[in-house]
Amino acid sequence: MMSVEAIRPEANDATAVGAFRTFWGQFRKNRLGMLGAVLVVLIAAIAIFAPLIVTHDPIRIMVGPRLAAPSLDFLLGTDQLGRDTFSRTILGSRIPLFVAFASLGSSLAVGLVLGLIAGFGPRWLDNLLLLFFDTIRSFPSIIFALALIALLGPSLASVILVIAITSMPIYARVVRTQTEGLRNSEYIAAERSMGAGTTRILAVHILPNVLGPLVILVSMDVPAVIAVEAGLSFLGMGVRPPTPDWGAILNDGYSYIDQTPWLVFAGGVPIVLATLGFTFLGEALREIFDPKLRKDL
Amino acid sequence: MWLYFAKRTILAVAIIAVAVTLLFLMIMAVPGDPAVVMLGPRATPEMKALLHQQMGLDKPLVVQIVTFFGGLLHGNLGFDVFSQRPVADIVFEQLPFTLELILISILWAVVIAVPLGCYSAVRRNSLVDQVAGVVTVATIAIPSFVMAVYALLIFAVTLRWLPAIGAGNGLWDGLIHLILPAFAIGIGWVGYISRLVRASMLEVLGENHIRMASSFGISEWRIVARYALPLAILPTVTILGVGIAWLLSSAVFIEVVFARPGIGALIVNAVNTRNYPIVMGVVLVTTFLIVAATTLSDVVNALLDPRTREKL
Repeated sequence: MMSVEAIRPEANDATAVGAFRTFWGQFRKNRLGMLGAVLVVLIAAIAIFAPLIVTHDPIRIMVGPRLAAPSLDFLLGTDQLGRDTFSRTILGSRIPLFVAFASLGSSLAVGLVLGLIAGFGPRWLDNLLLLFFDTIRSFPSIIFALALIALLGPSLASVILVIAITSMPIYARVVRTQTEGLRNSEYIAAERSMGAGTTRILAVHILPNVLGPLVILVSMDVPAVIAVEAGLSFLGMGVRPPTPDWGAILNDGYSYIDQTPWLVFAGGVPIVLATLGFTFLGEALREIFDPKLRKDL
Repeated sequence: MWLYFAKRTILAVAIIAVAVTLLFLMIMAVPGDPAVVMLGPRATPEMKALLHQQMGLDKPLVVQIVTFFGGLLHGNLGFDVFSQRPVADIVFEQLPFTLELILISILWAVVIAVPLGCYSAVRRNSLVDQVAGVVTVATIAIPSFVMAVYALLIFAVTLRWLPAIGAGNGLWDGLIHLILPAFAIGIGWVGYISRLVRASMLEVLGENHIRMASSFGISEWRIVARYALPLAILPTVTILGVGIAWLLSSAVFIEVVFARPGIGALIVNAVNTRNYPIVMGVVLVTTFLIVAATTLSDVVNALLDPRTREKL
C-alpha cells in the first residue's frame, strides 16, 4: 500500500503512521474499494505463488483427455490439447500483471520527463511536444497497436511497447499542465531568487508535486492495460503459445465454444475479476486523494 | 468564433500531417525488407524487385514520402499488390459495416443512459441510483470482447435465440445480427454516459437558475428535461467525440468474435498476412475519422459554451 506522503506532499508534517491511519479510516468505509483491494491482493498472491498452486504442468499436452469437463483431477477441465486449464489459468495471472507493471512503468517515466520538459521548457518546444502528444492520442489505440505488431511481429515485448507508447501522452499532458501551473507560483520564484538552478527546482519542488496525481492516474489505467493485453492475446497478437495467458485461454474457449463452456469461463472470469478489482481500487484511491483528477484532462 | 474554428482546423491538419509522417517513418524504421516479409523466404530476386517497384520502395525516402502525401490528397492510399486493387477501395468497402455497428451501439447506449443518469441525479441515493452506481462501474470495467464472448455463449450457443456470426442479408436480418455485437459494445457506454450525465446533472441542478425555476413551481421533470438537460449533456458531447477512438477499438474485437465484415476484421486479417498497405490504409482512415470527430466535438462545444474557445 502506498503511503500518503508519496501522494500528498503537504502531509509531510504528520507522521507516516498517523497519515496512514487517516487514509485507512477513509478507505475502510469505501466498500467497493475494499472489495477491489481484496481482489487485487488475491490476484497478486496467486501470481506470486502460482508455481505452488498449479496441479499439473501448464504447458504439457495430453495430461488428460481433450476438452474434459471439470473434475477432481482437473479442477477447470482441460483444453483442446488436453492441458490442465486450472494450472494454465493460475499461471496466466502473471502475464497481465507483468505487462501492466512494465508498460505503465516505462510510460510513466517517459511521460514524466517529456511533461516536465514541455511545462518548464521554452514555448516552441512546448508546442512541438503538445502536437506530438495530440498526434499519438489521435491514433485509434488497438488499431495502432495492430499496426505496430504487424511491423514488429507478435510478442509480449510488442504489446508492452505499444501500451507504453499509447498511454504516455496523457501522463505527459498532466505533468505538463501541473508543471506549468507551478513554475509561475511564488515559492518557485522565491527559490529561484535564492539562486536555485533548474535541476534543483524540478527535482525538489516540481517533481514531488506532480508525482502524486500521476501515480493515481497510472493506477487507474491498470484495468485498461489488462484488457488490452488480454485482448491482443485473444486476437493471437500477444503472448506466443504455449505460454498460458487469460486472453489466449479465452480465445481457445471461443474456438471451441460449441463444445465446452469451461474454457470461456476459465479465461474470461479472471479477466473480469482483475479489471473489476483494479477499477474499484483505483476509483477509491482517486476519491480519497484527488476527486478532480480526471476532470483536468 | 471563426478564429477558433480556423485555429482548430489548422491543428487538425497538423496532427494528420505529423501522424502520416510518423507512420511512414515507423515502416521505414523496421529492420528488414518489407518485400521479403510480405513475400516470405522463398521469394526470388525478380519477385522482390517487382514488388519494390510496385510499392515504390526503390525510390529515395523523401520521394516516397512526397509521393505518399501527394497520393493522400487525391484520396489514394496506395495499392494492394495481393488483390491488385487500390487500398482505398478495400477500406471504404468495409468502413460502412464498422460505422453502422458503432453508430447503433452508441445510439442504444445514449437512449438508455441519458434517462438513467437523469433519474439517478434527481433521485440521488435511491435504490435505483445505488444499484446503477455499482452496475455501471462494473460494465465499464469489463472489456467488450469478454462481454462479446459471453453474449455469444449465452444467447447464440446455449439459448440459440440470436445468430452467432456474420452481418446477415437484408435490413431485418441485418438488424437481428447487430443485436449481440451492439450489446457488447454499448453496455459499457451505458454505464459511462449515465455516470457522466448524473455527475453533470447534479452540478447543473444546484445552479441558481434551476433553483429559481423550481421556486416558480415548475414541475421537477419539466425542469430536468427543459432547462437542466441541455446543459448537463455537454460533457457527453465531448466524450462522444473522443469516444470514436474507443468505439473503433472495440469494433476490432467485436467484428472478430462475431465474424462480421468491417475494418476491424480487415486489419486483423491484414496483420496476419503482413499486408502492410492495407494495415496502413486502415490506420490512416481511422486516424482521420478520429481527428475529424474530436475537431467537430470541440467546435460544437465552443458553439455551445464560449468559455472553451479561449483554451486553444
